[in-house]
Order: sequence, then C-alpha cells, then structure tokens
Amino acid sequence: MIADFHYLKPSSLKEALEMLSEHKEDCKVICGGQSLLILLRQGLIVTGHLLDIKRLDELSYVNFDEAEGLKIGATTTHRAIEKSGLINDKFRVLADMESKLATIQTRNWGTIGGNLAHADPAGDPAPVLISMGASVKVGSASGTRVISLDEFYTDLFETAMEEGELLLEIQVPKPPPRTGTVYEKFNLLASDQGIVAVAASVTLNGDSTCKRARIALGNSGPTVLRPKEAEELVVGQKLSDDLLEEVGQKASDGSDPVSDIHASEEYRRHLIKVLTKRMVKRAWEQAAT
Amino acid sequence: MEKHLLRITVNERDHELFINPKTLLVEVIRDHLGLTGTKRACESSSCGACTVILDGVSVKSCSVLAMQADGLSVTTSEGLENKGKLHPIQKAFLDHGSYQCGFCTSGMLMSSTALLMENPDPTVHEIREGLDGNLCRCTGYNSIVRAIASVARGDYREDQQ
Repeated sequence: MIADFHYLKPSSLKEALEMLSEHKEDCKVICGGQSLLILLRQGLIVTGHLLDIKRLDELSYVNFDEAEGLKIGATTTHRAIEKSGLINDKFRVLADMESKLATIQTRNWGTIGGNLAHADPAGDPAPVLISMGASVKVGSASGTRVISLDEFYTDLFETAMEEGELLLEIQVPKPPPRTGTVYEKFNLLASDQGIVAVAASVTLNGDSTCKRARIALGNSGPTVLRPKEAEELVVGQKLSDDLLEEVGQKASDGSDPVSDIHASEEYRRHLIKVLTKRMVKRAWEQAAT
Repeated sequence: MEKHLLRITVNERDHELFINPKTLLVEVIRDHLGLTGTKRACESSSCGACTVILDGVSVKSCSVLAMQADGLSVTTSEGLENKGKLHPIQKAFLDHGSYQCGFCTSGMLMSSTALLMENPDPTVHEIREGLDGNLCRCTGYNSIVRAIASVARGDYREDQQ
C-alpha cells in the first residue's frame, strides 16, 4: 500500500527545480518509476511530496559532438538509448547493455536518469558508464555542477547529490583511439539484474601494451566498485593468460560482495574473478582491432 | 485526500477521472473503468500480466503511476477487437491454443501486438525476445510463439482490421 503524498507535476525544468527547492526536506523525484514504485509499494519509502519529471521532454535527448562527447538527457528512456542510431553507431556497448536491462516494458518507461539516481549497485548502466569515464550534470534552483560517476555513489542507494538537486544529464567522453569497452552480467534469467556484473575499458598503445584500463564491478559491493589495483596491474603490460589471472584475482580481492538468496559471497568472488578476466581480454581484443 | 484530474483515452474512449495521485495505471483500468482483461498478479514488474500499450509502447501497468498517463492513449486487451471482430493476434492465439490457465494471455496479447507494431516480420528469436517481459507459469510459450509467427507470416491477412 503506497502512503499518500502530494503530487507535483512541473511543466518545465525551471519549475521542477523551484518545486524541489521549496519541498526538498520531504520530496522524492519520480521519473519512469520502475524502481521507485516498488519501494513505495513495499513501504520502504514514504514521502510527503512526489515530484514527477517523467514528461519533462526538455531532458529527453541523445546528442554527440566530437569535442564534448555524448550527452544523454536524464528523462531519456532505456529503450530510446537501445534503439538510438547514434549510440549503436558510436557507443555500441551502451546499446548492448540497454538491450539486456530488465524487460522491454521496463525499458519503454524507465529512464537512464532515474536508474542512475536510484543508486542500486546492481543497476546495469553505472558500471559501463564508469568504465567509460562518464559524469553526470546535476542542477538545483541555484545552479548546476558536474560530478564524475566515480564520485557519484557514496553508499548503498546513496549519491553525492544534495537535497534540492536533480540529475539532469549523463556526459560520456569520446573514447580515445584504440579503446575497447565491454560489459557482461551473470544471471539466471536474461531479464534479471546481474548476480555480479563487470565492465572493462582498455586503451592500447601503438606497441599493443595497455595505456589505460578501467574496470567497474556491479553488484559486488554497496556501490559500483573500481578495483584500482587490478587496473594498475594491466597498464604498460602485454596481454597474457598470467596477467589476466592476476587481474581477475585482484578484482575479486578488491570487491566487497554480500551473500543473499542469489549467491554466496564466495561464489560472487569467484564470478567476479572469472568475468573480470573475460571482460579485460575481450576489451583488449576489441581495442586491438 | 488530495485528488487530481486524470484525462485518459482507453480503447479510443475518453475518460475524465478524479484520482488519488498514488493510483497505479492498472488500478484505473480495472477498478475505475471496470476493464478486468488486464490482470494484476506479481505487482512488482516481474510477470507482465498487466501489460498494456501506453502512448504506443508496451508497459507494465502495475508499475506506472496513472497520472503519468494523463493526456495519453491506452490500449488494453479489450481494445484489440473491432466491432465484435477479433484481432488477428486473438484469432491466432485461439487457433494455436496459446493458453492453458489463461492468466498471462491478455499481457501476452499486448506484448505480441506491440512487437508486431514495431517489427511486422520478426524471426522466432525476435518473437521470444519480444516476450521476455511476460511469464507463462503453465510454460506454454511454444504455442504463443507459433501464434505470433503465424500472424507475422500473413496467415490472418484477411482478418487485418
């Protein structure tokens, strides 16, 4: 049973930020609501005000420019990203990730901004975006700021956004030349969240050594994690089975998974190792072609 | 209790309702408008029995706030037939026995319709992917896939509305 709330429906972003500023002490923001409605129904969230930004079309867009990279508005649906010609052409890994996020119905109504702001460590978009060095633009009635996704997640379902701030845009830099980025989750039903998930982005030097590596682990701790010791191991190296084995182990060591009905902590650690090895190898091979 | 005006078109009929803003789309469809073809089952976005077409796309009506459908059009399973004549997908489901207990059927029909609107000639793989948000606990998937494939290959062309 959902507790009663005052419903706020702004007709512009400006109005939304004013409403949020006025009610920020007791206000939740809903966009597609594909995660939030479940929490409201379970009584895990009770809010005095619900600010509905789903129909703010001014935040629904996918743009690309060579200098500034990719920009996705917060109210863009998962399905729009999955089907975007631009994203399929230039950021294929994002389209592939979206095509495996929940189910078609959820992707049709759920949005990228809502997903990221919900801060579920098992969410699909965050690991991929973190491996790509993405940021989010957030705004309030008093201005906007850009937060690296690396610093966006502070704890389970917690973000660096202050009260009165709204997630406005996702910014993804254009990948450097000779970069491969891949993502895979391990699950039993295709539409489930990952029991664990791993994204890897590898950039190579001209001599096929690794110039830069970013690895992001989903559902492997209270937030999406970057196992930096594993990343540092790879830089300057050439691809080998021994290296992958070590990288997988370091990623597993750097994780902090829970035991739950889906998997034990031990099994998750095993999966993180195996998936990290696979993802780093696949990203490396993609970068080399 | 706070009430808001909802203007919604369901199966080409316009409605104006005053609702508590926490009302879900499935509650408006079933409880306010009496259209019980749309089923409530898991109420957690898992099973797809409540699937309807909203603004041209399939959604799970248990997971959409009704106020978000303000000014938009909804099609439910009752809206598929036209003046007593079944929609091709409904005929195909009957001909292929695409239901056992029948509880998932209206959701399956709506996902099938949305799939064929977007992709009139899907492969079997694409049909299966198009149903990934709908569970049939009798596990009668094969007959459902066969029904959709038969519509796609034109077996019901004379029934097109």
